[in-house]
Amino acid sequence: MTAVPNVSVGSGAAGAAIFPDSDSRRYRYFEPRAKRATHYEDVTVDVQPDPERYLLQNWIIAFPNGKGAYYKDATAALSSNWHAFRAPDQEWERTHYQRQSKIEGMVQSVIANGRKSGAPKAFDKSWVKILQNHLGAWKHAEFGLGTSLMQAQRYGYTQMINNATLTNSSYKLRLAQDITLYLAEIGMDIPGFDDNAGKHTWLEDKGWQGTREAIEAIMGSGDYLEQYFATNIVFEPLVGELFRSKFLMQVASPNGDFITPSVISAAEADYERNLANAIDLMHLLVTDNQHGAHNKKLFQGWVNKHVALANKAAAGLQPIWSQPHSKPVQYADAHAQSVERIKKILGELGLVLPKE
Amino acid sequence: MSGTLTLNKITAQRGISVGEAAKKIADLGWNPSYVQEAMTFPTDYKITKAPKDPMKQVLRSYFPMQEEKDNRVYGALDAALRGDMFRNVEPRWVEWMKLFLAIIPFPEISAARSMAMVGRLAPGEDLRTGFTMQMVDEFRHSTIQMNLKKWYMENYIDPAGFDITEEAFGKCYATTIGRQFGEGFLTGDAITAANIYLTVVAETAFTNTLFVAMPSEAARNGDYALPTVFLSVQSDESRHIGNGHSLLMSMLKEPENHLLLERDLRYAFWQNHAIVDAAIGTFIEYGTTNRDKNKESYAEMWHRWIFEDYYRTYMLPLEKYGIKIHHDDVQLAWKRLTDKKYVHKVGQFFAVGWSANFWRIEAQTEKDFEWFEHKYPGWYAEFGNFWKWYEKLSHRGQTNILFNGDVGYVYPHRCWSCLVPCLIREDIVTDEIDGKLHTFAHELDRWTAVNAFAGEYQGRPTPAMGRFSGRREWESVYHNVDMADAIKDLGFVRTDGKTLVAQPHLRFDAKEMWTLDDVRGHILKSPLETLRAMSPADREAHLAEYRKGFTINPCN
Repeated sequence: MTAVPNVSVGSGAAGAAIFPDSDSRRYRYFEPRAKRATHYEDVTVDVQPDPERYLLQNWIIAFPNGKGAYYKDATAALSSNWHAFRAPDQEWERTHYQRQSKIEGMVQSVIANGRKSGAPKAFDKSWVKILQNHLGAWKHAEFGLGTSLMQAQRYGYTQMINNATLTNSSYKLRLAQDITLYLAEIGMDIPGFDDNAGKHTWLEDKGWQGTREAIEAIMGSGDYLEQYFATNIVFEPLVGELFRSKFLMQVASPNGDFITPSVISAAEADYERNLANAIDLMHLLVTDNQHGAHNKKLFQGWVNKHVALANKAAAGLQPIWSQPHSKPVQYADAHAQSVERIKKILGELGLVLPKE
Repeated sequence: MSGTLTLNKITAQRGISVGEAAKKIADLGWNPSYVQEAMTFPTDYKITKAPKDPMKQVLRSYFPMQEEKDNRVYGALDAALRGDMFRNVEPRWVEWMKLFLAIIPFPEISAARSMAMVGRLAPGEDLRTGFTMQMVDEFRHSTIQMNLKKWYMENYIDPAGFDITEEAFGKCYATTIGRQFGEGFLTGDAITAANIYLTVVAETAFTNTLFVAMPSEAARNGDYALPTVFLSVQSDESRHIGNGHSLLMSMLKEPENHLLLERDLRYAFWQNHAIVDAAIGTFIEYGTTNRDKNKESYAEMWHRWIFEDYYRTYMLPLEKYGIKIHHDDVQLAWKRLTDKKYVHKVGQFFAVGWSANFWRIEAQTEKDFEWFEHKYPGWYAEFGNFWKWYEKLSHRGQTNILFNGDVGYVYPHRCWSCLVPCLIREDIVTDEIDGKLHTFAHELDRWTAVNAFAGEYQGRPTPAMGRFSGRREWESVYHNVDMADAIKDLGFVRTDGKTLVAQPHLRFDAKEMWTLDDVRGHILKSPLETLRAMSPADREAHLAEYRKGFTINPCN
């Protein structure tokens, strides 16, 4: 049925009448980062309120210790304004689904087309073992980071921090699943492929125990910001990119595998976004006019702790570089590049890389 | 060439089944041995059996499916504008969306956060993907609803109220009820909050009225955007219901959980009824202009969705697992919606307080009265005069209905538990918590605050259970404050610095719009502070009088 308007002006449309604020067509309760609020800001800022921003009655349900739904000391970091952060990737639901869906479509097409052309059967035999054992083990590292960030997104003091953490978690969990299903699918084409070997390697193989320990240290942290920091500022450049970009992406095709780099490439683009978000947030905290020094000291402690774990992890993975038939990249070069990369990241935050 | 041969069939290759894919994904987790995950969200429940994932959920199919759903939503919003939807929309309806859409994104994102809580507590990895998807779903719901609100703000005749939405949510005397709902999802015992209150009761039972019944009413009022967004939201709920049920089933295996399950099902059902029915019932019954007698009333829909569907097919079967179900509570809620006219008392309360809110409320008129009387016999005798008064007092120069002694309305006490006022006057009860007197809308609300949200339940320690906190009675924030000053402090003033955001009518004309000067000179009082200040004898006399109710004076 067609509703009949019940107003004197005969229309419910913008501009049908002029009266005070009939033209107030922007959210006016927050300060946009630039002159005009972005779409991301409009749908994100202040959706999670707190007593500083609008909760007139304070939190109305508390944990048994008296703390409300969100509290600032869920991290040891301090901020004079937790509300200032805006995620540089400007992610909200629509952009998130568009991007994730596009990646899934790309990954599935590459795998399907590769399998149609019989590509997995042409993979170098020793490379197949690497995929089975080591890429198979790596999927658990990605999953661990994903679940850790899923945990972390509960705690941030603002919607902007938590949503950036949530999308980071979503990207990691997608990648873990992509790798799982990729290996299962090519496994059907490769006689003798053991789909369970990856988990066994992850749990038992000596070379992987450093990585597992580094991941479990991030998962086990009770400080959500440490989890986010350790993932993006330390583990990813020193171990994540090292294994993905500087091993899988570069070594696969010389060993007859053009599928794996495509499956993994999305993760590199994911990381660029997550890194930008993480650096921006941490930069705000180290340059905070009240708490900058405190945060810098805290972050340096996190760097020291997680770099030591990440170095141990990377060293444990070193033998994998010598396992393929074709070895276009040397571990030492790859490792040196990852050290340069983290130095650059830490440099942006005024932090230093501890000596190995 | 065979007529049935298609390209898909020619190029098809062996793949892995959905079940197999879900199984492999469930094997991604492991038990950490180097560093244990901290149990940061405590629960008093014991969960040893790993819940199963009935939906066999995989992100590879999830993301494209959700993107497709989004494409349809955003395409429909564009089409609504091209079709000039707002020219034909009913402002009475859209005004109430200022309240609804101020509230709902927070409970949604709270649900996203709470997935972290159940994700870590549930043993095994089978359901972890389900919780992950729910987390991303809730992120979807929260931002898609914020987008819808922005869209209304940009295209509806009066954007005021939408333009202060999240600030208003934190301050308003009505949104405080919605905050009790949203904070309940993520504070206190993790299972009570994120599984029973959120998933087993709110999502499984009450999203039907929220996200299915409301869109139907929106469409009847020329609003095709809300159904588009909210039916898309509701399509995610079946997965969430599956998550909740699966975790519930694994908890049922432990007999020592049964007492807590009984407590939490009772609390969650009663409070969902008190909050969701108050809000959604009001939107549907008072936000509409459609008075088709053939359509279902809110009470009739409630009977179908909550009583027949949820109570009979979801709650009752739990009895065979040894869970005590409080049948009387369901019957009582039904009686409150019908005989006690709960929703209508809420609608009346919101209207009385119009000047302290951030949307317009139009008077119900003769053409509405007939429908109400048809659906809720006895309605006219109880509410007819009130709405006549409301219409009469909607003009500037009249005394604000909140303070107008001619009307006969008695401002209610606020329930310390559900935060909806004690509107069914005869049911008010009081009790003390930590030596402080509180008022409750019903004995079950008292039980919720005093017995359920406590460190011990029926002799069993419940150290993880949450506590009610904060300045829960909104009125106490502005006790002894002039109405105009309170509104100014709330920020519910238009940018000219004087015209109120709220208006008691839909007259889009500056001359008709109330300003701070029109409401100045009346002092707000906290009913609770006032009650606490009385002597015991005066208090008893006051409560006895309160329980008798009030009569609205004839309006000529």
